[in-house]
Amino acid sequence: MALLSVEELSVTFTAKGRKDSTAVDGVSFDVDQGQVVGLVGESGCGKSVTSLALMGLLPGKGVKVGGRAEFDGKDLLSMSPRKLRDMRGSQLAMIFQDPLSSLNPVVPIGVQVTEILERHRGLKGEAARKEAANLLDRVGIPDPTRRLKEYPHQLSGGMRQRALIAMAVACAPRLLIADEPTTALDVTIQAQILELLKELVDQEGTALLMITHDLGVVAGLCDQVNVLYAGRAVESAGRRELFAHPTHPYAHGLLGSIPRLDAPRGEPLSPIRGSINDRIAWADGCAFAPRCDYYTMECLTGTPELTEPRAAGHQVRCVNPVLPKPKAEVSA
Amino acid sequence: MTKKADKIDRLAELMQTSEVTSGASLWREAMRRLKASKMAIIGAVIIALFVLLAIIGPWLAPHSPSAQTWRGEVFANKGQFVGARGENWFGLDHLGRDMFSRILVGARQTLMVGVVSMLIGLIVGALVGVLSGAAATLGGRTGERVDTVIMRFTDIMLSLPSLLLAVSIAAVMGQSLTTVMIAVGVVQIPIFARLLRGSMLVQGSSDYVLAAKALGIRKKRIVLTQILPNSLSPVIVQATLSLATAIIEAAALSYLGLGNPDPAIPEWGVMLAQAERFFDNEPMMAAYPAIGIIITALGFTLLGEAMREALDPKLRG
Repeated sequence: MALLSVEELSVTFTAKGRKDSTAVDGVSFDVDQGQVVGLVGESGCGKSVTSLALMGLLPGKGVKVGGRAEFDGKDLLSMSPRKLRDMRGSQLAMIFQDPLSSLNPVVPIGVQVTEILERHRGLKGEAARKEAANLLDRVGIPDPTRRLKEYPHQLSGGMRQRALIAMAVACAPRLLIADEPTTALDVTIQAQILELLKELVDQEGTALLMITHDLGVVAGLCDQVNVLYAGRAVESAGRRELFAHPTHPYAHGLLGSIPRLDAPRGEPLSPIRGSINDRIAWADGCAFAPRCDYYTMECLTGTPELTEPRAAGHQVRCVNPVLPKPKAEVSA
Repeated sequence: MTKKADKIDRLAELMQTSEVTSGASLWREAMRRLKASKMAIIGAVIIALFVLLAIIGPWLAPHSPSAQTWRGEVFANKGQFVGARGENWFGLDHLGRDMFSRILVGARQTLMVGVVSMLIGLIVGALVGVLSGAAATLGGRTGERVDTVIMRFTDIMLSLPSLLLAVSIAAVMGQSLTTVMIAVGVVQIPIFARLLRGSMLVQGSSDYVLAAKALGIRKKRIVLTQILPNSLSPVIVQATLSLATAIIEAAALSYLGLGNPDPAIPEWGVMLAQAERFFDNEPMMAAYPAIGIIITALGFTLLGEAMREALDPKLRG
């Protein structure tokens, strides 16, 4: 059985006098030990809300969470807050998008790292400081003993993200959720951080749930990819399979929209029309239909089912998937 | 070759110095910015002089503040006063006492009233604010209820005119300096409580609190190490500013006759109150304590405003 198994997870935000807004609408995926699973999608498709729901970090009021999320056989969604708090940081850990605002600005790095060691591993005083220096060293921060005394604003962006990763892996968690860990960093630092995450997964067998909108990150890191659209997975496949044969029109459009260096000069870019706000409810049909080049009347009659039109294990939620055209048509 | 070695040495030297100057904590940085601000320096100098005066004033005073040494020269009911002269720099008051000595000795009382009532407001207000803020940010549904009850209570206190509230307290407790300090302090409580709670609410929804939660840090620790230290700067600024208001309000209460009735211990507010009756004939009698109060309040206000600027995260370099 998979380490983390999410089934039909849904998150609905409710507010008095407003229509309920469903941010995540039946997402299912598995993450195995030592595996990197990507959740990919544009802003507002429910990636971050999914991760917060798994960590139990959504606000208690005005949020309805449905479905199941089993971690190591235990249901995360129905777990008591106390138990979940003990799990966070030791079994489950998370890395956030903005490394500056995710660190406490008035407390030195060292205190913030030892805090976790104290909380989950019972280390105190000198032992905790030594281990903290070890951790910083492991994530590639030079001169760790000096850095421990410094404040977040004295570290560079990449350094801060490394410190946050050190804090996240301090207790060797079995699942690491990374919510766009490289978005706020420049490209060289991005590559270093991804390399570091890859190393952790390879060495420790940590499962990594990678949340990103960056297809480059996906191509470099993920084993399994789930493409989300409007709170639902529309395509799920292995990395190679997905990049070679994007089959849902959305995934197809995403990959097609990437500018290529080898494209002929003057060739226009091919964007996906409209924005994520142009959508219909999944209950009425395919949410992507208003932006889709391939939609038919069939797309507007209820939620499309997940099918495997191309290969086993390559799931697509579409009635008109983008399939290779029959030979005859191509030659015509 | 030597040239190259020199170059490397020079480089190492420069790198060394740059490492030393690479700033430090938020507070030390704020201190550095304070030192560069003229407003802060002027405010600090005024406060330092005032505190110095409060400490050594009684020894500096050339005459006794309470002895009616020159009673035979002042006839208040006939409008005859003695103004500033060589012997009595600030002149004499209506009972023939030396004004200069009374001002010097009175500084101590005035400072004490300001500091003690500010501390009452700060300590009680901060406790209430922390309780309310912690309950609101991390206490769940019960916490929200606790927060609502506390905040409605402070709203009630805030909705009463502060002077009226202080007068009522003073009226219940009787006429003394302690009464004035408590009354002025109580008026400040809801201000500090609301300020700290609001600041904690803002910090409570910040990314690093979410990150700390994601690492399973306990709620108590999140409040103490994450939320509280980040919420303190507006409270510190308010404390400095409220020293000024406390001194003015204490003077107002004394003026209304709720201050210390003991004539042996002069206090600027009481002196101002007594001078009112003779304002037509001897305005200077009111002017000296009034100027003293104004300058002191100005000092605290200047420093407070400078601190507000120095601690403002938006201006942090």
